[in-house]
Amino acid sequence: MAAWKIQGRVKHQEELDLDFGKTIASKSGGENLYGCIQCGTCSSTCPLSIYMDYTPRKIIAMTRAGFHDEVLRSNTIWLCASCYACTVDCPRQIRITDVMYALKREAIEHGVYPRRFPIPVLAKEFFKSVMKTGRSNEGLIVTWMILKTAPLKLFKQMGLGLKLLLHGRLSVLEEHMDGGAEQLRKILDHVETAKKGATP
Amino acid sequence: MKYLYYPGCSLKGTGKAYDESMVAVFQKLGMDVEELQGWNCCGATSYMSIDETKAFALIARNLALAEQQNGGEPVHLISPCAACYLGLCKAQKYIAESEELKTIIVDSLGSVGLKYTGNVKVRHPLDIFVNDLGLDKIAKCVSHPLKGLKVASYYGCLIVRPYATFDDQYNPMTMDKLMVALGAEAVDWPLKTRCCGGTLTGTVEEAGLRLSYMLLKEAAKRGANLVATACPLCQFNLECYQSKMNHDYGDHVHLPVAFFSQVMGKAFGLDRRQIGLQRLMVPVETSPAMA
Amino acid sequence: MIMSNTAAGDQPRIGVFVCYCGRNIASKVDVEKVRQFAEKLPNVVVSRTYKFMCSDPGQEMIQQDIKELKLNRIVVASCSPLLHEPTFRRTCAAAGLNPFYFQMANIREQVSWVTADTVAATRKASALVAAAVSRVACHTSLEKKRVPVHADVMVVGAGISGIHAALLLANAGKKVYLVEREPSIGGHMAQLDKTFPTLDCSACILTPKMSEVKNHPNITCWTLSEVEEVSGFAGNFKIKVRRNPRYIKQELCVACGQCVDVCVFKEGKVLDDFNVGLSKHKPIYMPFPQATPACVLIDPTACLKLSRGKCAQRCVEACDRKAIDFEQQVIHEEVEVGAVIIATGYQMFDARKTPEYGYGKYLNVYTMMEVERLVNAAGPTQGEVIMRDGKTPKTVGIIHCVGSRDKRHHPYCSSVCCMAALKTAHLVREHTGALVFNFYIDMRTPLKGYEEFYDRVLQEGVQFVRGRVAEVTDWAVTPAEDGKLVIRVEDTLIGVARRIPVDMVILATAMEAHHDAAELQRRFNISCSKEGWFLERHPKLAPVSTFSDGIFLAGVCQGPKDIPGSVAQAGAAAAEALMLVDKGFVEIEPNSAWIDDEVCSGCKTCVPLCPFHAITYNAQDHVSVINEALCKGCGTCVASCPSGAAQQKLFTDEQIHQEIKGVLNYV
Repeated sequence: MAAWKIQGRVKHQEELDLDFGKTIASKSGGENLYGCIQCGTCSSTCPLSIYMDYTPRKIIAMTRAGFHDEVLRSNTIWLCASCYACTVDCPRQIRITDVMYALKREAIEHGVYPRRFPIPVLAKEFFKSVMKTGRSNEGLIVTWMILKTAPLKLFKQMGLGLKLLLHGRLSVLEEHMDGGAEQLRKILDHVETAKKGATP
Repeated sequence: MKYLYYPGCSLKGTGKAYDESMVAVFQKLGMDVEELQGWNCCGATSYMSIDETKAFALIARNLALAEQQNGGEPVHLISPCAACYLGLCKAQKYIAESEELKTIIVDSLGSVGLKYTGNVKVRHPLDIFVNDLGLDKIAKCVSHPLKGLKVASYYGCLIVRPYATFDDQYNPMTMDKLMVALGAEAVDWPLKTRCCGGTLTGTVEEAGLRLSYMLLKEAAKRGANLVATACPLCQFNLECYQSKMNHDYGDHVHLPVAFFSQVMGKAFGLDRRQIGLQRLMVPVETSPAMA
Repeated sequence: MIMSNTAAGDQPRIGVFVCYCGRNIASKVDVEKVRQFAEKLPNVVVSRTYKFMCSDPGQEMIQQDIKELKLNRIVVASCSPLLHEPTFRRTCAAAGLNPFYFQMANIREQVSWVTADTVAATRKASALVAAAVSRVACHTSLEKKRVPVHADVMVVGAGISGIHAALLLANAGKKVYLVEREPSIGGHMAQLDKTFPTLDCSACILTPKMSEVKNHPNITCWTLSEVEEVSGFAGNFKIKVRRNPRYIKQELCVACGQCVDVCVFKEGKVLDDFNVGLSKHKPIYMPFPQATPACVLIDPTACLKLSRGKCAQRCVEACDRKAIDFEQQVIHEEVEVGAVIIATGYQMFDARKTPEYGYGKYLNVYTMMEVERLVNAAGPTQGEVIMRDGKTPKTVGIIHCVGSRDKRHHPYCSSVCCMAALKTAHLVREHTGALVFNFYIDMRTPLKGYEEFYDRVLQEGVQFVRGRVAEVTDWAVTPAEDGKLVIRVEDTLIGVARRIPVDMVILATAMEAHHDAAELQRRFNISCSKEGWFLERHPKLAPVSTFSDGIFLAGVCQGPKDIPGSVAQAGAAAAEALMLVDKGFVEIEPNSAWIDDEVCSGCKTCVPLCPFHAITYNAQDHVSVINEALCKGCGTCVASCPSGAAQQKLFTDEQIHQEIKGVLNYV
């Protein structure tokens, strides 16, 4: 018989970030966040909710209450596949998918995710590829992601990679957009400066 | 009517067959289609996780280019990739709804001489084939009716959610109707719009892979001998991991998964290589009618 | 042109009374200063202050000054006219002065309660007093008009609310016209099996009342009838009612049912509305066994004789009372009533608008109203819960809030469905022994006996899962789910996702306003709320009257509520209607508009603008005429009249100009 680990759990107000809810509600998609009636439709329709440590409904409750650490450290925000089922089914019309994106961005900004966790790493590699070439080079992005998170997995994935290559679905060379990404980078730089001036 | 065509990065990579078959089908249908010049990546889901405003700017550049290429005339931009399609629609909508965002985008694009008005009509090829051209026209081009083919039409998430622009959100039928017009049988199944796992099949496979596996199982259970898809990532997830699924879950899944435009090409009697059938990993010839 | 005073040549003698209102006004306004300022204004004879002007001593002070100082105009500077204008007008009247020689300056709500600085407050108060003084000099004496009322009342809609109101009014000796659109009275309550929380048999408690209506000498009950046109005003409505033919001579039919038996159609042909489409009836049919009037009727679109002209007419053969009359025509009635009670009820939300629950797609997904008919012994399955596939369910899922609390459909809570769902759970379990699950967001059981009922159902072993269901699917993941309808839900209280396979799904759909409620609203000239329910005059203090005098509301047409609530509201509406008609007259405020027919050019600009339809065009004389009784004195026609022919008593151009001058002179 396994031994129990007896542990008390109380959450005190001092441990919470009482502004967290307002911060997230002020981001894109969060405008109806405070209208959530905790009905659970989002969790019910989410195909990934059974794998999440906190269901989407709980994330919203916790965000409003100020459970800053638990929310940003959850696997929920990373397991969201952006399928928009929750957004479409929510009876309060909360743009839950956008809230998840906002939380992802918060987590990346504050570096709050396990080291070598593939999803933010994938996102960053994607970002870099687009900045450099104006395109997302699938093969290269995924390869870098694997190398940076679980390098030994590369051997396992080689089989698939080879098969793709043989079927002509993998480009080993980098693809660049016509005319190069210079103009694109200019635009993004402009956005960066404009954002600093504007309210978040 | 002239259309502009935005393939997106996947259609030049793992989804090459989608691009090839799409272009071949455009030709066969006598459509006036031109590829968008100088297009850049739409950012998909990953970019949005880093920076939302920049993600919109990324997409808006393509919209501005489309306007420019069409000489300022109202333009219909075809986007077969579901993620690109959703990105384009979402960016247009969010920019129109926020004065603040609009100013940043218009200024940033303006700084390199691009004009953004937000008047591009973003179209999915399914919409165009079924609603613009009409099923009669499609049926007329069919020289090899796909008898014996039982297709499970898989729409995925992003072409019906969150914007139900051309089909019903809960029970879309455009692809089903298209398949019937091609002479095939459209299998009725409940998971037409359930997520395939997206990028999770490669990053958190315990969760992502299982979603794709369930889709294949149900399609097979309902009698389908082919799954038709409208998204390069859906197609990749459903097709390319079948041996892994069989290994991990101890099963014998073997179901061809093709792009709906490939199915169209086959019914139109187009050459195998023209529609990229050779790129499919689960040979589609195992399906009758596609042989 | 200065309007004449009380008697020709009389100079206005104005008394100004400034109130401290305790500290309400005095804390910000220097009341004494205002009094001093007012003293010096033209025509002011006396200027006084008092702590509480509206009190008895305060009023007596005014009356004394009227008598002793021969005042013929009064200005009181105190609170809002909404509060005490009637009080001070009565004060003047009691002292023998026409109450419309009175003007009020609001220096509380409009000054002391909204101004921070005392200097600014005092100046504003002085300005308002100057305006009032200037205006009141131009006032004339006016008289409230009395118009006699009709003693009869109309009740539109004969569900439980309409029935109850009609009976109360009839018992009070009033003649009641009860107008009902369906072929029988009884409304939705007649469709129910049992009512919560007592589990009374609905028909058993309703039919005695229906019987009473039928037999009451004071009630004229018209079924298959609709209100077509309404004109007139409170106390004097003229209403046109269209009585559709049932093709049966009502007075002859005894509801023996022989005609239905021998009809050339062996099977039912028309979807039976009473059974919510679960069965079909023949073209000639009885709406339901206890239908009142107890009389069959013929559906003209399905009947061969009426739609095609040719039929063996076995029904005519079978009827030994010769009650069938294919030549029956529409009858147009016109009645005059003093008051109207609208009790038109509701319709149920169409569950096909929430396709995620599979209604219309899967055979065994039902709405709660459909299940009421299934469990009812007089229903399509004789009280057996047999589903569309012929089977009896062993597991049942009841989903709450379908279409309610949903911004995409109806944002409101329909109030009664939690109780109705509990009742359904109880009844279905009782009839089938099935395992029943209720899926809810919140359990709303606030009223008398409701929480106890929840407890009862809990004790009976009905399973409750707090979680709103996103989807009902036939996708089976485990063998146990094969062939079932699967409900996937987050059990939010236990904290886990669950997949529950059921045989039958029951949807607790929202109540909503009738699809044609807007039509009725226009005909009676009342308002609707954003959600489509008819609008009461005040949400808290006037729940049965509307903004149109003489039109009252009862029952769900004013907003979702249960049967006790509907009955209570019907009683209240009847009381208010009685109040109106028993008084014998209505008094009309004299601040109505009138048209000087010598100036009027007949341009008709004002006619369509009147929100109360009070203006008509007299084609013979080429002028527009205002019905004083309908006029509410809103001033729209006055403002729009290009020639100035339309004017308003108590708001003449001169009076308004003087009021403005009063402020400007001071400022």
